Amino acid sequence: MTRLTPHQRANFAFGAFSGSAALVIVAVLAFIVWDVLSLGLPQMSWEFVSAPPRDGMTAGGIFPAIFGTVLLVLIMTAAVIPVGVVTAVFLFEYARPDAFFARAVRSAVYNLAGVPSIVFGLFGVGFFIQFVGGNLDRLFSDGRVVWGQPAILWAALTLAVLTLPVVIVATEEALRAVPREHREAALALGSTRFEALWRVVLPQAVPGILTGAILAVARGAGETAPILFTGAAYFLPHLPTSGHDQFMHLGYHVYVLATQSPDIEATKPILYGTVLVLLLVTVILNLVAIGLRSRLRKRRS
Amino acid sequence: MPATRESGIGIAARPAPRPRSSPGYARRRAVDAVARWIIAAIATAAIAAVALIFLFVAKEALPVFTSPEVHEEVTIERMVLPQAWKEGATPSFSWQPVSKVPKYSLAPLVVGTFKVTLIALIFAVPIAVLAALFSAEFAPPRVRETLKPAIELLAGIPSVVLGFFALMVLATFFQDTFGFTFRLNAIVAGVGLALTIVPVVFTVSEDALTTVPKAYREAALALGASRARTAWSVVLPAATPGIFAAIVLGFGRAMGETMIVLMASGNAAILSADPAVSVRTIPATIAAEMGEVVVGGAHWSVLFFLGSLLFLVTLVFNGLGGWYVGRLRRKVGGTS
Repeated sequence: MTRLTPHQRANFAFGAFSGSAALVIVAVLAFIVWDVLSLGLPQMSWEFVSAPPRDGMTAGGIFPAIFGTVLLVLIMTAAVIPVGVVTAVFLFEYARPDAFFARAVRSAVYNLAGVPSIVFGLFGVGFFIQFVGGNLDRLFSDGRVVWGQPAILWAALTLAVLTLPVVIVATEEALRAVPREHREAALALGSTRFEALWRVVLPQAVPGILTGAILAVARGAGETAPILFTGAAYFLPHLPTSGHDQFMHLGYHVYVLATQSPDIEATKPILYGTVLVLLLVTVILNLVAIGLRSRLRKRRS
Repeated sequence: MPATRESGIGIAARPAPRPRSSPGYARRRAVDAVARWIIAAIATAAIAAVALIFLFVAKEALPVFTSPEVHEEVTIERMVLPQAWKEGATPSFSWQPVSKVPKYSLAPLVVGTFKVTLIALIFAVPIAVLAALFSAEFAPPRVRETLKPAIELLAGIPSVVLGFFALMVLATFFQDTFGFTFRLNAIVAGVGLALTIVPVVFTVSEDALTTVPKAYREAALALGASRARTAWSVVLPAATPGIFAAIVLGFGRAMGETMIVLMASGNAAILSADPAVSVRTIPATIAAEMGEVVVGGAHWSVLFFLGSLLFLVTLVFNGLGGWYVGRLRRKVGGTS
């Protein structure tokens, strides 16, 4: 074996040192996934994902929580995608980047992404429930409380505000990937700006917008702090059927089971099963989005 | 087209004049103009969101300053200064909003928030920055292409799952290893929090490291420095502003994080510098107490007041961090 030069030794030592930091991160990630998989998998069964809880949350399944999470995220997506996509279209296709209004929008998007999720929860209570809901009740239901209380619609709209930056950033990237020549060709053929956008640019941006939607769904499905007091409930005998019903939620279920269970050993299997479902949903969605995005980036370059 | 347009992909501002005779021309022009206005109008949503968040959180906090009824229970002075809660008792800081004499000292919460955040940074920053250095300077492309999605995946794990992990696994492990008196304490919560800020610090640091001009590295190598010496003594110092921005952004993120701290910190509002006792942070206080307060009461207003504080402080930290990152990007002239 040849002896290493001092340089090689230093490079090897430092590479290994910094590499071990990277290894620690990956190892922790792997350990979390392994821990949840090994203790959660035995819990998986058709009953677990299709039945409501029984016996004070120690048996049965988590179907209502899955249903509530899916419905919540669907309403959120319906609200956030149009607004997010249009905002990104404005920023990228219409506004001059140095114009005051465009810069204000951009800075708002950036700051929105940094607002702590619990503050979104307070906003949901103060704005959607107290202000919008309260006024709806005053106008339409003679002071009876219908909309002025925690409900799935308010939770979904709160999450829509929270995920708005995710959709905007992803859509902008998608628009950036559409070749400039395509816009110019459309305009040269006599289309208006809107026609070029609608018929040429947007169709090409659909996969990128989809990536953003998936990322938003993954984020929205996992966020628990904003829905703590805007609509989530620990146990409900019925599934939500209208916008002003409360709902059960995977993340909230995990939180309550883990912190407020009188008998943690009895609820532990259900708890691990719920965490596994939540983790699988978010990890798979994230993997799909990461994969889709890297394919789009490759195609672009 | 002016040369200042950086993205420069937008559609030319003035379409060429067309013959008036083309069919439906006026209608198409009208649609175009209307669409333009609708798009610009919807784009105000983000601005409206930020403004409404602050307005409505601050609105509910306002009684803390103005309402005489709230002032019977709590004033700014009583939140900030030490209070003698009983006749003749020594003045102290105490957060006990639900008791015969409601006590609203902010000190235990503020100290708790900073304590947990600092612990998170102490664990997260060295690991994340070193890993970023590894990724930028040493890692073979294939390793880098696995490392980056892994870290994105870590960022995608819901905080309630990380909180659950800290509560069920970390807490037990730490207690068995170090023999803490309190199973849930600032260290457990801080390590849990570190997991959420590692991705932020890593991503921004890596960005800063890769934008260090190539000439710096070449000069150092040409002078006979090893790659390790170059990375440590040239590239890392050159990227300091960006790494600083990464830490500031991580700080803002850690301070506002709710679920992990709520689940793993023990939630006892104890004013202490000891990292091994339970703590209660501002976001966890809001999350834990909001469900049981009377709408519009003193406690309600104080929680919204805490929310407004949190909003403003994170706004400042994110602003600082973002300003640094923006300046860095402009200097290098890259897009991202």
